[in-house]
Amino acid sequence: MSRETLFNAAILALLVAVPGWALAAGEPFTITLATRAVIFALAAVGLNIALGLGGLVSLGHAVYFGIGGYAMGILAWHAQSHTPLIDGWLTLPGTKSMPVIWLVAIAASALAALLIGLLSLRTSGVYFIMITLAFGQMVYFFAISWPAYGGEDGLPIYVRNGFPGLNTLVPIQFYGICLALLCAVLALNAALARSPFGLALNAARQSPQRVECVGLDPVRLKLVALVISGAITGLAGALFADLNRFVSPVMFSWQMSGEIMVFIIIGGVGRLFGPVAGAGLYVLLEHLLGGVSEYWQIFLGGLLLIVVLFARGGLAGLIAGRRVAHD
Amino acid sequence: MSLLSLHRVTASYGASQALFGIDLEIAEGEAVAFMGRNGMGKTTTVRTICRMLPAAGTLVFDGHDLRRLPSHRAARLGIGLVPEGRRCFAGLSVAENLIAAARPGHWDMPRVTALFPRLGERRRQRAASLSGGEQQMLAIGRALMTNPRLLILDEATEGLAPLVRQEIWAAIARLRAETALSLLVIDKGLAEMRAACDRAVIVERGRTVWSGAMSALDRGVSEAYLGV
Repeated sequence: MSRETLFNAAILALLVAVPGWALAAGEPFTITLATRAVIFALAAVGLNIALGLGGLVSLGHAVYFGIGGYAMGILAWHAQSHTPLIDGWLTLPGTKSMPVIWLVAIAASALAALLIGLLSLRTSGVYFIMITLAFGQMVYFFAISWPAYGGEDGLPIYVRNGFPGLNTLVPIQFYGICLALLCAVLALNAALARSPFGLALNAARQSPQRVECVGLDPVRLKLVALVISGAITGLAGALFADLNRFVSPVMFSWQMSGEIMVFIIIGGVGRLFGPVAGAGLYVLLEHLLGGVSEYWQIFLGGLLLIVVLFARGGLAGLIAGRRVAHD
Repeated sequence: MSLLSLHRVTASYGASQALFGIDLEIAEGEAVAFMGRNGMGKTTTVRTICRMLPAAGTLVFDGHDLRRLPSHRAARLGIGLVPEGRRCFAGLSVAENLIAAARPGHWDMPRVTALFPRLGERRRQRAASLSGGEQQMLAIGRALMTNPRLLILDEATEGLAPLVRQEIWAAIARLRAETALSLLVIDKGLAEMRAACDRAVIVERGRTVWSGAMSALDRGVSEAYLGV
């Protein structure tokens, strides 16, 4: 068994053990912290498909995170206020069903990724970074100027959405849902990376021209990766909104995009469990150092510097030892 | 009818014109040696066929006007390229390089590893860690996995040890004997090209200057255009 497999197994075991430890130690709030980490990890696993596999440095992934969040917020707000979502020749009510909200969040963020990808993938390098950032800022200011759903103040949701057979207000049950989704997405990511599509995408990241010579369209490969990536990040956004029972334009902010990327860089770009390790470490630092100083990100910046300069493979690379092409 | 037909093809790198009139015909199942001294336009011609460089003139492959197609669409018509300098996907393993390029057809992983047993032995090894000869075999295998109708070999034996060169030429001979693949071969080994190809086309300063059967490529022609 490779060191990276052991690293992955240890993280998974830790995630499974957290709620038991939290209850035994009388620290139930830890479960909510772990839920936050798992949701951030889910968003970062999504971005890692675009960034790690496809080499797409997207600084606008908060768009999909926010769209997922607002999909949840809008549907749940209409359900709680008993007002129809659409009231015309067709009447569509809101919903408080998590599976329905997830599907809408996934579809909406995938569609946004498709449209953004069709335009942004005409560029590459720094122009791609800038165009994704520009889309992020456009959507952020649109959300601020949208009074119907709270504008700058955001949209509070009073009751957590439901999942058949579970009481989602019990933290451990909501954590279980989030962890199950993270595991499913990690399995999808692993399968994707080994599939012909994943290998072709990896090859397109290394050399778009060589990929064209074997009959593959690198732009199409990257577009599909961006759509999958956006859909997963959108799902994370819906869960994040459900965790906080609140959505606001902050979910669309470029800082949010930056944070998701930081999770990946700290954990290890292109590594399966890198984003999970990065998100976990981020939430841990936020919790521990947040009590020391309001400006705890100073320490995070230092950590990021150390990783970029001395541990290009992130935590996963440092522990697993094996260098990969992304390091 | 020709599988590939180039007529009066011209191409430029920016303001610098590199091709002034290339004529080249390859029939189905035919092997053509594409010859000329260094810098005469052989690789540039390959780049125009593979749509990596815009060109003017007639470029037709199997009835399709290549000038209208992006590079990947031209490859999908059945043009397989083994580029100069191998250019494998360094970060992928041997098997992953082959799977990434695979398209349905005669050539699959077992057939490619039967042609180059070393690739089978090294299937889990990263392409970057292979020897030059093994990387060349991988580049040929990867092109075959696209199941092309025309395989272009651009300096496939350049810089390789004599034994490895023999292996590559033996594989090319097997391709000729066992499949109906058309070949466009660029190489410096005149003797090997004589054995492997039906016809030769010679280019000089971006123009086709001689074309004929391999048997007609006598000492006078080779001394005049190839300097050997």
